Amino acid sequence: MTRQPARPRTSGRIDWSAYAMIAPAFAGLAALYLWPFLSTFLKSFQTVPVFGPGRFTGGANYDKLLADADFWGALGNSAKYTAIVLLGIPLAIVLAAMIQQVARGRAVYRVLFFLPVVTLPVAVGMVWRFILNGDFGLLNYALSLIGVPGQYWVADDRFAVYAFAVVGIWMGLGVNLIILGAGLQNIPVDLYEASALDGASRVRQFFAITLPLLSPSVFFVTILTTISALQMFDLVFIMLGSVNNTALSGSKTIVYLFYEAAFVQFKQGYAAAIAIVLLVIIMIVTAVQFAVQKKWVVYD
Amino acid sequence: MTRKTLLAPAIVAVAALLAGCSSGSGSSESDGPVTITYGIWAGTQTPAMQEIATAFTAENPNITVKIQERPYPEFWSTLQTSAAGGTAPDAFWMLAQQIRPYAAGNQLLDISDAVKEQQVDLAKYPKAVLDLYDQGDGKLYGLPKDVDTNAVWFNKALFDKAGVAYPKAGWTWADFRETAKKLTDPAAGTWGVAAPLDYQGGYYNSIFQAGGKVIADDGKTAAIDSPEAQAGIRFWTDLQADKSSPTLQQLSDTEAETMFEQGKVAMYVSGAYWALKLYDNQAIRAKVDVAPLPTGVKQATVTSGIENVGYAGTKHPEAVKKFLLFASGEKAANIQAKSGAVLPAYQGAEKTWMNAMPEFKNLQVFIDAKAYSVPLPVQGNAAEWQGLQAKYLTPAWDGKVSVADATAQYADAIDKVLAENG
Repeated sequence: MTRQPARPRTSGRIDWSAYAMIAPAFAGLAALYLWPFLSTFLKSFQTVPVFGPGRFTGGANYDKLLADADFWGALGNSAKYTAIVLLGIPLAIVLAAMIQQVARGRAVYRVLFFLPVVTLPVAVGMVWRFILNGDFGLLNYALSLIGVPGQYWVADDRFAVYAFAVVGIWMGLGVNLIILGAGLQNIPVDLYEASALDGASRVRQFFAITLPLLSPSVFFVTILTTISALQMFDLVFIMLGSVNNTALSGSKTIVYLFYEAAFVQFKQGYAAAIAIVLLVIIMIVTAVQFAVQKKWVVYD
Repeated sequence: MTRKTLLAPAIVAVAALLAGCSSGSGSSESDGPVTITYGIWAGTQTPAMQEIATAFTAENPNITVKIQERPYPEFWSTLQTSAAGGTAPDAFWMLAQQIRPYAAGNQLLDISDAVKEQQVDLAKYPKAVLDLYDQGDGKLYGLPKDVDTNAVWFNKALFDKAGVAYPKAGWTWADFRETAKKLTDPAAGTWGVAAPLDYQGGYYNSIFQAGGKVIADDGKTAAIDSPEAQAGIRFWTDLQADKSSPTLQQLSDTEAETMFEQGKVAMYVSGAYWALKLYDNQAIRAKVDVAPLPTGVKQATVTSGIENVGYAGTKHPEAVKKFLLFASGEKAANIQAKSGAVLPAYQGAEKTWMNAMPEFKNLQVFIDAKAYSVPLPVQGNAAEWQGLQAKYLTPAWDGKVSVADATAQYADAIDKVLAENG
């Protein structure tokens, strides 16, 4: 604790102009985030008909949810997907470090890796669906050239989650590279020069300098990736194409389950409960990550 | 800068925000020109719908109709949220398996007074389709726009290649299965038939042909596990077991209709609504023909149709009612028929529809099928229990679970849904 004096207050009067200035932003936030969140929370304790007000039924939705095998299956799929997508972060670190080494045309590489990010997920899903098609897909054709038997990647629930994850990594790579690339540029060059004089190899430099000094960026990227992976919906929706897809029952993610309950089966209360449970899960996972980061993130 | 000058822009911003929220409401019912929206899902029918809207405005210069198109599955989620939020289209397409929650939730305009006033002859519409939409509350929410029955689309070139005679009226289940077997050529990568997990264009038809039912007559329990219904489902699982059809996985990757257009399957059981799409495909137009469904214990096809309905929250109920009667009326029926997109519900436009696709010589089978048609089962929250089919029936199609076990489990699940909102 330092002995800084308390900041002098101008007066005890409330400064209304400050509130007025944040009012537009707050109104937007309240209308678009706060209110929907509150009504979702309330709905999760109600049985809600498609139209009209619901009636409170206590924790019935949650009881049903915890007993629902589909819910646990979807939770497992989301966990599997998230775990695999997180494996894309080491890949992004290595790629970012490699791009940093490129002397000319660095921007070209960044743009190439960033293109999937600015492409509509729907378009991405459609293209990958063609690539992964069991009978006519490019991937199976390529595999057949080296004698590996093809699979129905997006029609077989043994493979579909992995197919999503590969596409998810590819889609997220661009953002991660930008964040990590910015982190790399903040590392002072003289550290590398000094260690080179001491005879450190490139690999040694990577582990002794790059990785520790990059760790705040890595942490940030990990948080972002985890949250967005747990919320994955669009790839299932587009890549599995129709409700009769043979892989759908076995590869729904938790947000897909939410969509199905709310917009196909018209069970808004139940869907709200799913959303709240997902929120709690994301909060716990994020809190754990913040607790663990003290052990590995280096702040200077 | 003084405090006042800071405050002023903030107030302006908030005011603008509030004004933005409230704009859009205001104009009320009057004799002035009005614009109503007509929500449809995207597909081959859009040009005909546009033409109907134009023809309506020609008769009613004060009313402009704006078509609002949405891709198919999202049509329903968008409709549901926009109806709950008060911004649904003024008029829109409805399906029998979806209408129940909208009617029960008072989201639909009752047009019975307009129908009475304009002396619309309900006998001009297929009774089976009208009944499908009847909610038993004495109200009339819409009028049928089109009607669909099922038949067997087949690829003559593949029949010729295999030296198999074209299917004829009066053929049986056994003929169908045998034909499918003969047409299957693994070396060429072609199959005799597509046997997807499809209720309306698929197994519901064979359940009724076997003398079974999907839902019991009281509407409260499933009948899909009865011996007759099981026989109807076995019609399809047998085709899978024979390997006369691509597997469900293959049909997930490439839809049955696409497979048929690509000449990968020789026969495809489905509705009249594919006629125009197949006709527009120059590569296969000359090869496509159509035959009636094979007969099981009896002849049967499920029938349904889209209805034009209005939104209870519309600001222009009178204009909407006028448009609904027009869009399901004789003139609109002829516009639809001429485009070939769909078989109109209004009696008398059938010939026009057939003449729109002169190279398809046997479209009459869809019209003849009306004589032995059965209404599509849509009891309770139909969208929900029909949505469960993949979960319970896929293993039967794949041959991993017996039809008896799969239907018994599916019946339990249907019973639960029916009990929930019975």
